[in-house]
Amino acid sequence: MIKVLFFAQVRELVGVASLTLESSYGTVEALRQDLSERGERWSLALEPGKLLAAVNQALVARDYPLSAGDEVAFFPPVTGG
Amino acid sequence: MEQTRIRVGAEPFSLAEEYAWLDACDEDGAIVTFTGKVRNHNLGDAVTTLALEHYPGMTENALADIVREARQRWPLQRVTVIHRVGELRTGDPIVLVGVTGAHRAAAFNAAEFIMDYLKTRAPFWKRETTPDGSRWVDARASDQQSAERWRTS
Repeated sequence: MIKVLFFAQVRELVGVASLTLESSYGTVEALRQDLSERGERWSLALEPGKLLAAVNQALVARDYPLSAGDEVAFFPPVTGG
Repeated sequence: MEQTRIRVGAEPFSLAEEYAWLDACDEDGAIVTFTGKVRNHNLGDAVTTLALEHYPGMTENALADIVREARQRWPLQRVTVIHRVGELRTGDPIVLVGVTGAHRAAAFNAAEFIMDYLKTRAPFWKRETTPDGSRWVDARASDQQSAERWRTS
């Protein structure tokens, strides 16, 4: 089981803040590609260009491996401060 | 003794209170504080309110990592980082970074480093309201360049 969170523009586009998935995925990129196939808004929200990803609350590269129980998040470049 | 304060929340903060805490450390001779506020304009438009979203949990971890990295670069006794979230108005303070260092160079550099890394690594997102409606604020290339100056390798 994997928990997936979305923030800011990405959350608004996909229309949900979080998902729980039963399938397993090899990497963050495999998960991203799978979610992108859910529809036009998903593929737009998860376009790889500027998208950032975190696993268990730490920023990771897209080839980062996933394990059961991981919390994955997708979000746009940050704009705090 | 090294001490760190990190707070993320909706409530306002008091610069005087944070300054008093920094000032209570007599081992260090320098104090630098930075406060970031909600500007009343952005990209040529008037801004009335700002909503800040964050990733609870990761935000605090990211800020703690940034402070840890600053401490590896400069000797700092006390560090405070406060960031507000939720609805803010023009003129409201958003962020406060305060550090103490043995001398001014360490304190100035560490405060700037923490802000540069916070702006590019801590998961906060701003949405601003202008007379034409509300919009997400885009990340700036100049913030990325500021953070990259601190690369050591």
